[in-house]
Amino acid sequence: MEVGRIVKIAGPLVVASNMQNAKIYDVVRVSEKKLMGEVIEMRGDEASIQVYEETGGLGVGEPVYLTGQPLSVELGPGLIESIYDGIQRPLDEIRLKVGDLITRGIAIPGLSRVKRWNFNPAVQVGDSVVEGDILGIVDETVLVVHRIMVPPRINGKVKMIERKECLVTDTIAVIETENGREEEISMLTKWPVRRPRPYKEKLAPDEPLSTGQRVIDAFFPISKGGTACIPGPFGSGKTVVQHQLAKWADAQIVVYVGCGERGNEMTDVLIEFPKLKDPHSGEPLMKRTVLIANTSNMPVAAREASVYTGITIAEYYRDMGYSVALMADSTSRWAEAMREMSGRLEEMPGEEGYPAYLGTRIAEFYERAGKFVCLGSDGKIGALSVVGAVSPPGGDLSDPVVQATLRVVKVFWGLEDKLAYKRHFPAISWLNSYSLYIPNLTDYLETNYGREWLDNINRAMAILQEEAELEEIVRLVGLDVLSPDARLIMETAKSIREDFLHQNAFDEIDTYSSFEKMVKLMELIMHFHDLAEDALNNNVSILDIASLPIREDIARAKFIPENKEDEFEKLKESVTKSFQELKEKVLVET
Amino acid sequence: MIKEYNTIKEVAGPLMLVEQVEGAKYEELVEIELPDGELRNGRVLEVNRDQVLIQLFEGVTGVNVFNTKVRFKSKGMELDVSKDILGRVFDGQGRPIDKGPKIIPEKRLDINSSPINPYARNYPSEFIQTGFSTIDGLNTLVRGQKLPIFSGSGLPHAKMAAQIVRQAKVRGTGEEFAVVFAAMGITFEEALYFIQDFQKTGAIERTVLFVNLASDPAIERITTPRLALTAAEYLAFEMDMHVLVILTDMTNYCEALREVSAARQEVPGRRGYPGYLYTDLASIYERAGRIREKKGSITQIPILTMPEDDKTHPIADLTGYITEGQIVLSRAMHRRGIYPPVDVLQSLSRLKDKGIGEGKTREDHADVFNQLFAAYARGLEARELEVILGEAALSDMDRIFYKFAGSFEKRYIAQDESEDRDIEFTLDLGWELMSVLPTVELKRIRPEFMEKYLPGFKEKVGANS
Repeated sequence: MEVGRIVKIAGPLVVASNMQNAKIYDVVRVSEKKLMGEVIEMRGDEASIQVYEETGGLGVGEPVYLTGQPLSVELGPGLIESIYDGIQRPLDEIRLKVGDLITRGIAIPGLSRVKRWNFNPAVQVGDSVVEGDILGIVDETVLVVHRIMVPPRINGKVKMIERKECLVTDTIAVIETENGREEEISMLTKWPVRRPRPYKEKLAPDEPLSTGQRVIDAFFPISKGGTACIPGPFGSGKTVVQHQLAKWADAQIVVYVGCGERGNEMTDVLIEFPKLKDPHSGEPLMKRTVLIANTSNMPVAAREASVYTGITIAEYYRDMGYSVALMADSTSRWAEAMREMSGRLEEMPGEEGYPAYLGTRIAEFYERAGKFVCLGSDGKIGALSVVGAVSPPGGDLSDPVVQATLRVVKVFWGLEDKLAYKRHFPAISWLNSYSLYIPNLTDYLETNYGREWLDNINRAMAILQEEAELEEIVRLVGLDVLSPDARLIMETAKSIREDFLHQNAFDEIDTYSSFEKMVKLMELIMHFHDLAEDALNNNVSILDIASLPIREDIARAKFIPENKEDEFEKLKESVTKSFQELKEKVLVET
Repeated sequence: MIKEYNTIKEVAGPLMLVEQVEGAKYEELVEIELPDGELRNGRVLEVNRDQVLIQLFEGVTGVNVFNTKVRFKSKGMELDVSKDILGRVFDGQGRPIDKGPKIIPEKRLDINSSPINPYARNYPSEFIQTGFSTIDGLNTLVRGQKLPIFSGSGLPHAKMAAQIVRQAKVRGTGEEFAVVFAAMGITFEEALYFIQDFQKTGAIERTVLFVNLASDPAIERITTPRLALTAAEYLAFEMDMHVLVILTDMTNYCEALREVSAARQEVPGRRGYPGYLYTDLASIYERAGRIREKKGSITQIPILTMPEDDKTHPIADLTGYITEGQIVLSRAMHRRGIYPPVDVLQSLSRLKDKGIGEGKTREDHADVFNQLFAAYARGLEARELEVILGEAALSDMDRIFYKFAGSFEKRYIAQDESEDRDIEFTLDLGWELMSVLPTVELKRIRPEFMEKYLPGFKEKVGANS
């Protein structure tokens, strides 16, 4: 075996000589401690290596072992419910092996080599199969049927396939390819993380990804297969929004990448997800989730790799025809890891010290999202939605990472600290955010929720925008100068903000809001508004309208449990009755 | 056999370049002998073929390129620990400076400990009562949390930190707790203030101090917090103690880091701070927490003075991105004589939700703090309006909130330096202050709690209908 020699160590960067047979992005093992690293640059026979573990104690002259393989993830049954670090080492196994702290040089495969799975064939001997076809299935969890696919670039006839209880590494089928080679297929496949997995065709997005968060689903929806970013200063609730999406998004598989963030946040997910029930299936959320946790104090190079590890796993489930959602929190930490490596390589910096290729890397990453016709002859449709949090310094949106991200993503949920200070959560600004998917989704929304819903949200948005303008006036000359109509706009806007947009992630009921409930809630608020307009025209005073006790019930309507739509109807009737009484009172007085 | 080199090529800033070195290790500790026999310590920053870049802790004054000797100690920096470190004072390199006896080490620990496996962590959820209403009621601190104080020069952060040390307790437990105090580049008076306060209250017996004063070598500030946290980890995870770590002042720490980075001619990030400042700060802050099946815990209160009170300054900004919330002190409140001058709206404890409620504080806690925040925010808006337009321009409702904001600051936020409020007092005070608001406006409170806790609720409802 060829052995290189270390000539330089600077933080996570190690340079080794005698590396003429290494390839860019090959994995190497550094020193006798066998620290994992990746070749990122070659000059003559010298290779620059980013090391995924701490490099303290390494010295010049120590060996570097080549593996000849690119950085890859292991794919197969057992991914769901796992928690990995940035280079797909299972953190639970690491704890069993070395204790509470992550020491160096630990090598544990991503998928268990001892766990047995029941493989059920879906094809028979003699069948012709192409890449991406489903060979058989494994019940991975109660929620996920794992489809074992013919690996990319293999086409031919099934020569052997058997139902059995086996390890991921056991042969479950043999395929005789067109050129007469026999390929042994096991449930385990490997895929290099930096290369997108192949697909047949990319489709336009046309279906919303329901997230259970009213401000998102109503005003700034993301499609299945869409991309979104959440920039915001610290304390504005990026992570809570990401957690909420991971919990309630109606995706079949969720991959959550904690990239350079807090350790306790990952622990929170780990403790909470097995307890929370998926609103669609009633099973624990963990049964559809893969976690990748490379916290801020874990090695910086592995942080760089973590988003790739995550998206490759997500693509693998997409290839099975699932709707997958990936949350990356936070992409800024990933960009910073790139910056750190770039600095150590002494590259010429671009903006703010970030490497000049920052934009390209970000664009490449988000382009791996989409709605796809997957490989295979059965025309499976899979979708991969990607939501990335961005943490710009000081919340400044001119930050290069934000700007590079906004150039590629279609949805922008701008978090505002001003809203967070008022404890308006989710602190997504309704004035600055946008979703470019709305035109694609209109047909779907109209068919499923009716024209009235689209009208209502358009009107609601107009009211909110009008409020922002009126607020300027109020700030200058006071509320009294406003006309009754304008006062009503202010009142309704307040109701939309507080009773609809504001959503408590920590309330058992309010944390998730189905499309159906959301539609009813908006209907109720707009119903009040319509009747109030009518009442104003009938000489009812705005103060009487504003102090109607029924408004308290509207404010509490968001706490009505799911599937109790008749309660909303009852409330609507009460609203109608309240206004009738008001109008009658005015008639009597005049 | 330790090899000795006298092949120094360059000395610049806090750095020294040595040539023709064999077998030097990255991050290894080195000893430097000056021509007059003085010994100094350093650390390997980079190894490039036979050249080694060394960072000197005590500066380069008096170092000669030709007559200075360098010895590589083939180990990283370590701290000697045993239970006897309690009550002792160390310098920024972990050497006792209180004239006490040498520590007989039970263990020698690497000061850069390995990261805690997120899978091994236990989620912080035990309420720590600090006796401050603004913290307990609104920005609840829990065991294992890292909650910094964002202060400015001249603000009473030291007074607050000392009061927290005095009053902090987890109720209903008699568990052992300890304080680890790391001073980085603070003045002698400031350090003395803490030490005297600890002595007065007897806390000194349970305290380990690591002191690097403003006059001490700046580069030592890089190791000071790491030594302190190594001591804290030993006490927490091996001695089963609950440790409160105070790190002051993180701004000085970051400046020392910048000094080294500038000397190495690295590509600077914002404001000249190195691009890896986030990662570096994380390696300090993330050492707080709890570990499953371990009794002890580490709670961190780092203090930093924001240059120009600017929260977007890289030090405050990156800290906020790593820590679990922040207590922001406001100069405007301080000027109005409010102690503690906590800017309630900008402060936040991210872990409060798991540390409050029935069985921890009280069932109504979440609703009360949500409502207090919302009402105070509205009161401040009204105050803004009043500044521009005068009180006459306020609507009746605005006037109620305007008054509420005033009494909230005077009675809820402000308290005496010796006043140790328990959580029931804080919550009841919140209810009392809210009782001036109309019940229609108490949208964030569940009706059953209003009935139970709101003073005069029955009469109010009667009056409304």
